[in-house]
Amino acid sequence: MTKQPSQTSYDTLLEVKDLKTYFKTDAGIVKAVDGISFTLGKGETLGIVGESGSGKSVTNLSIMRLIPSPPGRIVGGEVVFEGSDILKLPESTLRHIRGNEISMIFQDPMTSLNPFLKISTQMIETIRLHQDISRKDALKKSIDMLKLVGIPAAEERVHNYPHQFSGGMRQRVMIAMALSCEAKILIADEPTTALDVTIQAQILELIKELADKLNTAVILITHDLGVVAGMCDTVCVMYAGKIVEKAKTEELYSNPSHPYTFGLIQSVPRLDKAHDGKLFSIEGQPPNVIDLPPCCPFHPRCHKVMNICRTQYPPTTDLGNGHEVSCWLFSNHKERSHE
Amino acid sequence: MSNTTSVKKPLLEVVDLKQHFPIESGFILKRQVGAVRAVDGISFTVNEGETLGIVGESGCGKSTTVRSISQLYKPTSGSVIFDGIDLVNAPREQMLDARKNIQMIFQDPYASLDPRMTVRTIIAEPLEIYKKRGMLDASYTKQAIETRVEDLMERVGLNKAFKNRYPHEFSGGQRQRIGIARALALNPKIILADEPVSALDVSIQSQILNLLHDLQKEFGLTYVFIAHDLAVIEYISTRVAVMYLGKIMEISRSSDLYKNPLHPYTKALLSAAPIPDPEIERKRQRIILTGDVPSPNKERFGCYFYDRCPNRMEKCKTNIPPMKRMDEHHEVACWLYE
Repeated sequence: MTKQPSQTSYDTLLEVKDLKTYFKTDAGIVKAVDGISFTLGKGETLGIVGESGSGKSVTNLSIMRLIPSPPGRIVGGEVVFEGSDILKLPESTLRHIRGNEISMIFQDPMTSLNPFLKISTQMIETIRLHQDISRKDALKKSIDMLKLVGIPAAEERVHNYPHQFSGGMRQRVMIAMALSCEAKILIADEPTTALDVTIQAQILELIKELADKLNTAVILITHDLGVVAGMCDTVCVMYAGKIVEKAKTEELYSNPSHPYTFGLIQSVPRLDKAHDGKLFSIEGQPPNVIDLPPCCPFHPRCHKVMNICRTQYPPTTDLGNGHEVSCWLFSNHKERSHE
Repeated sequence: MSNTTSVKKPLLEVVDLKQHFPIESGFILKRQVGAVRAVDGISFTVNEGETLGIVGESGCGKSTTVRSISQLYKPTSGSVIFDGIDLVNAPREQMLDARKNIQMIFQDPYASLDPRMTVRTIIAEPLEIYKKRGMLDASYTKQAIETRVEDLMERVGLNKAFKNRYPHEFSGGQRQRIGIARALALNPKIILADEPVSALDVSIQSQILNLLHDLQKEFGLTYVFIAHDLAVIEYISTRVAVMYLGKIMEISRSSDLYKNPLHPYTKALLSAAPIPDPEIERKRQRIILTGDVPSPNKERFGCYFYDRCPNRMEKCKTNIPPMKRMDEHHEVACWLYE
C-alpha cells in the first residue's frame, strides 16, 4: 500500500493475510470467508460493510478463533497480532489474548449477557479472569467502567440483573465489559443494529469517545453505510466472502469503484438529498456461497458485466493511496496502461 | 381536534384513537392493575393516493396504530373512519366489507407467511375468504382465482412457475414480494405497510421500495407506511407523522420535515440518523438525547417527551401540548410554538 505523508499513518497492530474459513454442510462446502487480507493500525477504526451472508461476522470470529468446529474450519491464512500468528497459538495463550488484548461486542445485547447473574458477578468474573486483582478491586473497577460508559447511579446499578436494564443500557454494559481489560483492539459486530436511532447515536458516540481516550483500535462490522461514514477511517466492502473494495472512507464514498460499492451507496435513500423518481437498485439476489464457481460472484447482478467476469475471479488492483478494488474493469485498464 | 379543510377528500380519518392493553394481576381472580398505553389519543387523516409515513422508535405505538386501524385490535376508544364508515362502531358485516379495501404488509417476511402453505394458497387466501363470505364483486371461479394469482405473481416480480413452492424456498426479498402480492389480491384502496423493508438487506430494500412506488402509481394505491429509518420514510412518503410514546408529535410534508423540523424530538431523530457521506457526517452537530424511552404504562399529565426533551420548560411538566397548526400541512404538538 502506498501512503501519502500528509495522511495519518498507523503502526500495524493486526494483519490478516489470505484468511479462509469454510463450513462443511450437507449441501456442500460454504466458503464463508474466502481469502481476505487487511491490516489494522494502532488507534485506527476499520469498517467492514456487507449484506447478510457476506462473511463479515465470520471474519471476526475467525480472528478470535471462535469458529464452531465442526462444521467450521479455518483452512488457511494468517492473523498476525504483535508478531505472532493467532491461528497457530496454543489455546492457553489464546485465552490471554481474548478479552485482554482483543475484545468483542456482539450484536444482540439481550442474549450476550447471562440473565441469571447480576451485572456485578459477570463483570467481576470477566475482570478477574484476565487480571490478577481481588474481588473488591474488581468490583470497584466495574463501577468505574460503568460510570465511564455513562450508566447513572453505577454503584447501585451494578448489583442489578440484565433484565432491569433497557437495550441501550445493556449495550453500554457490554461495552464496559469489553473495555474493562484495556484491550488494544475492540471488535464491534453490529453493535447498534438492535437499537433505535437515538440510542444508536449515543452508543456510537460512546465508542468513538472511548476509542480516542484509550487509544483502542476498532473493527466495526455493520451493514449501515451511514454508520461507517461517521465512524471509520478505512472501509472494507465484502461480498460473498471476499473483500471487493478497500479504501479510506472519504475516498470510498467520493469515488466508489467496484460496481457493487457504487450500487450499495446509490441504493440507500438519503435524507439530505431531494428525491425524484426511482432509487438505483441492484437487481437479483446475493449468491449462494455453496460451491461458487471461480468467477466474479457479483457478475449476475452487475450493471457493467463483461465476458471475462463470467469465467475468472478478478485480481486485486491498487488504485493508489490504499484504494484497492477487485474488478476486471480496473484490472484491464491497468494492464493496458502498463503495456 | 379539528380536521383538515384541504381540497382532497380524506380516505381514512383517525380521530382520537386510543389503544390500551390491560395489565392484569392475580391468577383466578384477575384484576386490572394498569394499562400499557400503546396508542394514547392520536388523530390524523390520509388522503387518497398519498403515502403517510409514520416514524418513531420501538415501542412508540406505530405498529399498534396500523393494527388498530385494520381492526386487528379492538380500539379502546376513538374512531377510524374509512370511506365514510366508522370501522370501530360499525356492525361486523359492514366492517368486514369495508376492510376488504384495507390490506397489510408485515415486517418479518419469515414469520408472516405460513410455512405449510404454498405460494398459491397464500396469495389466494384473501380471495377465498371473501368468496366464502360472499363479499366478492365478481363471481370468482376457481379458474379466475388461479389467473389472478398468476397475474399478481408476475406483477410483483415472481416467476409464476413457482406458485406451488413453499415460503422456505424463497429469499427474504422474494418472501416480501409474496406478502405484497397477497396484500394486492383483493384490489384494496389502502395498504398498511408495517416496516416492510426493515428486515431486508440494503440492495433488496431498494428493489422493494421501487416496487411499492410503481404499484402505487399503477393502481392508485394509498399507503400508510411505517419505518424507523428516516431516510426510507422521507423517500417514500408524501406526509410524515412522528410518533413518541403513543402520541403524534409532529405531522408535516416529508420535504418540509427535513428542512424545517419543529418539534425537539423530530430534530433529535433527524440529527441521530446517519447520512452515508463522510464529509457531511463528520461536520454534523448531533443532538444526543439522554436516557431511554420511558415506560408507556403510566398515565401522563404533561408532555410525553418531557423526560428527554432538551428544551423543556416548567409548563411542559403539567400540561399536555395540543396539536397546533403551523401552516396548511404542518402540525406540531409542542409548547415552544404557542
